[in-house]
Amino acid sequence: MVSQRSEQALFDRFKQAAESYNVDVQRVKPPAVTETIESLLSGPTVGTPLEIPDASLPESVTTKPTSAELEAAETGITTASLAIADYGSVVLRATDEGSEPISLFNELHIVVLRESDIVPDMSTAFEWLGDELRESRDSAILATGPSATADMGALVQGAHGPKQVAVIVVT
Amino acid sequence: MSETSRQSRAERIKHIMNTEGQAVRTNTRGFNAGRYESVSKLEDYEALKDRARAIKADAIQQLPELIDQVTDVVEENGGTVYLASDAADANQYIARVCADQQADRLIKSKSMTSEEIEINDHLERKGVDVVETDLGEWVLQLAEEAPSHIVAPAIHKSREEIARLFNHQFDPETELESAEELTMFARERLGELIQEADVGMTGANFITADSGTIALVTSEGNARKSVTVPETHIAVAGVEKIVPRIEDLQPFIELIGRSGTGQDITSYISLFTPPINSPTVDFEDVDSLIEGSGEDREFHLVLIDNGRMAMRDDEDLRETLYCIRCSACSNTCANFQSVGGHVFGGETYSGGIATGWEAGIHGVETAATFNDQCTGCSRCVEACPVGIDIPWINTVVRNRANSQKDVNMEFLVDGLTPDSEEHGPELQKRLFGNFETLAKLGSATAPLSNWMADTAPIGRLLERVAGVDRRRPLPSFSRTSFVEWFDARETVPPADPDRKVVIYPDLYTNYMDVERGKAAVRTLEALGVEVLVPHATGSGRAPLSQGMIDTARSKATAVAAELTPYFEQGYDVVVIEPSDLAMFTGEYERLLSESTFELFADNSYELLEYVYGLVANGADIDRLRHAEGETTVAYHSHCQQRTMGLEVYSHTLLERCGYDVETNDVECCGMAGSFGYKSQFYEQSVDIGEQLTEQIRDAEPDIVVANGTSCLDQIDDLLEQRPQHVIELLAPAP
Repeated sequence: MVSQRSEQALFDRFKQAAESYNVDVQRVKPPAVTETIESLLSGPTVGTPLEIPDASLPESVTTKPTSAELEAAETGITTASLAIADYGSVVLRATDEGSEPISLFNELHIVVLRESDIVPDMSTAFEWLGDELRESRDSAILATGPSATADMGALVQGAHGPKQVAVIVVT
Repeated sequence: MSETSRQSRAERIKHIMNTEGQAVRTNTRGFNAGRYESVSKLEDYEALKDRARAIKADAIQQLPELIDQVTDVVEENGGTVYLASDAADANQYIARVCADQQADRLIKSKSMTSEEIEINDHLERKGVDVVETDLGEWVLQLAEEAPSHIVAPAIHKSREEIARLFNHQFDPETELESAEELTMFARERLGELIQEADVGMTGANFITADSGTIALVTSEGNARKSVTVPETHIAVAGVEKIVPRIEDLQPFIELIGRSGTGQDITSYISLFTPPINSPTVDFEDVDSLIEGSGEDREFHLVLIDNGRMAMRDDEDLRETLYCIRCSACSNTCANFQSVGGHVFGGETYSGGIATGWEAGIHGVETAATFNDQCTGCSRCVEACPVGIDIPWINTVVRNRANSQKDVNMEFLVDGLTPDSEEHGPELQKRLFGNFETLAKLGSATAPLSNWMADTAPIGRLLERVAGVDRRRPLPSFSRTSFVEWFDARETVPPADPDRKVVIYPDLYTNYMDVERGKAAVRTLEALGVEVLVPHATGSGRAPLSQGMIDTARSKATAVAAELTPYFEQGYDVVVIEPSDLAMFTGEYERLLSESTFELFADNSYELLEYVYGLVANGADIDRLRHAEGETTVAYHSHCQQRTMGLEVYSHTLLERCGYDVETNDVECCGMAGSFGYKSQFYEQSVDIGEQLTEQIRDAEPDIVVANGTSCLDQIDDLLEQRPQHVIELLAPAP
């Protein structure tokens, strides 16, 4: 079992790495998730259910969106299955609720993550991914920071995907 | 190559340097600096590279079984696998899938393999609208140009050029200018095209045989959209992309971004197991719900052979299949930094490893069109995350290309070119490959040979017949060779020496730069070492650099016969010229028996490495010449010396002798043996050399030193200050 102290250390490492990609990282208790999301989101918002006890989406968030609602959304909220402290990466698993398009077609992606799901390094993440993907044949994205490109002569954050990413780590 | 074709080659290189050189240089050098910084953050970079290489070696070994396994697994997942024997086969299959889907538009994420088979042209001819969604690829599609870099395809285009292109093609309400504006414009425009696409095509950086997962390493998010939106997904991939297990991806994921563009990790590592369990998105039906597990999805994996299985059976090309196409070998290459992939590239691929790919896929003739851009400097070997011996692949392909050349007229110089090549490399290569014969002759007839070489008629003749550029001063031969000088010395060897050394009299030291040889002898003797300088054959570096492997092997065999008695008597061999040491400890493994190679590898040392070792073991450093007052030394280490990890010894000794040492980040001086002498490459060589001399000038040095003959020649030709070998600075006065 992971002790609270090492969870704190992992969170600090994750936060530091993610912030190097301009990702906003906050650590909150489950009941505070709703208001934290409200303070971050802008414009029409779509999302997938959180499935974290005592944490819920603001009522304004559309789950099971239509393609028109997806297109109009400025913010997308999804959960991450895992996070990698060394890299500040989150693992976004494609789900029936549309996690993949919802995390992609937006300007701001808000990721909700359980603190206990932060692992230290890439090796540990791939041990987990190996078992999971072989068994389920699902798909997942290791996402680190917003989408980006340097193809237009300088680094720009926000290419085809999100321009901004925020992570809410739930204790 | 005729004089005319050398001239047109030179013109072409000059044109590309003028139009694309600046953008290519800035970008590749930025990536290269990023790589050094990013890999330095890894706790165990070398171990990670070793694991990555082992995984690839194992995967290529069991490739036929992995192909079967991946076929079964993808079909079990609900997809289809098509094994295409060549490009035409793959294109026909893909066109058939598009026809079955009645597809009007196919959106693509970046894939070099799709460039290799030229799928865009094929589909366009069948009436399918193909849209590149990677921003760099889209720019090239609009400009109708070919990629100049395997990872950043539009690296040769500046922001200003892209802005002009967009403003001209789309005539936006407000003119686009900044990178941000250009990116947002492309995002919006391509976003609309993606929404109405019928088929999405991706490549694959890796495919895992245990789950049928396709790993895509990207940053823009366009690959995700290409897979998520349309119902039909086609992935094209070379068969070599398969690895056994998902866990095998980990070292590659940690290495690929760092090695290529200097990013610790790219924004998205997509692990798609298609057909993906994710709802499709129908933007045309605005009320359609985004839910479900994508039961309507269709997936086709097109695995492409196109010469790869034959490469697998080819001992010398096989390692090419380990390549993960990170672009490190391009970015770290001084020649590539100067000209980019439009010169240093073939039909599809570019950079050092392209020689292997192009030879295996498009044929040796294609590889031979650009292969001489590789000078064997070896800087790519340590940069390559899977440790491919890229210079060797280039040497082998050059050798094969030589044997296909027309040998007419070359009998004219047979006397000057007594090589062991069964087939005829062209005259220019034979001249440089047989440098040893020239050097002997030049020395024997000096100073006449030097006066002759300095005359205009000889200069013109050499340029016309052999492509030796007239603007490059020819080497000046010494009438008394290093060995002759040593033989004539009347010095009594120390009675009880601490160590016994043979200095290998490389061709340059022996016939031209005798003074540095003398300095080496003085230094070693002052530090209590018994020194011998025996007669010895050239190491074989010169013929090897021209792809003349048989000649190089016969030289290596001769050197082994000459030096083995000394090895057996406990002598260490000290080498002044780093490129020759690199032969002894590197290429000799491929040219000599294992036991002979081990003698060389275990007992050969670079001169300054050896001096450092003596000092570290108690020899008196005060015997070396120290700085008098504040003295700044600009030090340029030789490319192969750095790859061998031996730069540090010269650097440290200089510092310990009281000099303030300034170094530079130029990977190679651009001279690289014969490269800078060849008329077709002269201007490119000078372009690279000026990067070096600019940094040397910036250091405002009192003294300029280097270790390699080529580096010293290049600096001497381009800098006002005369450079010297490190040993000439540190050696005690005669």
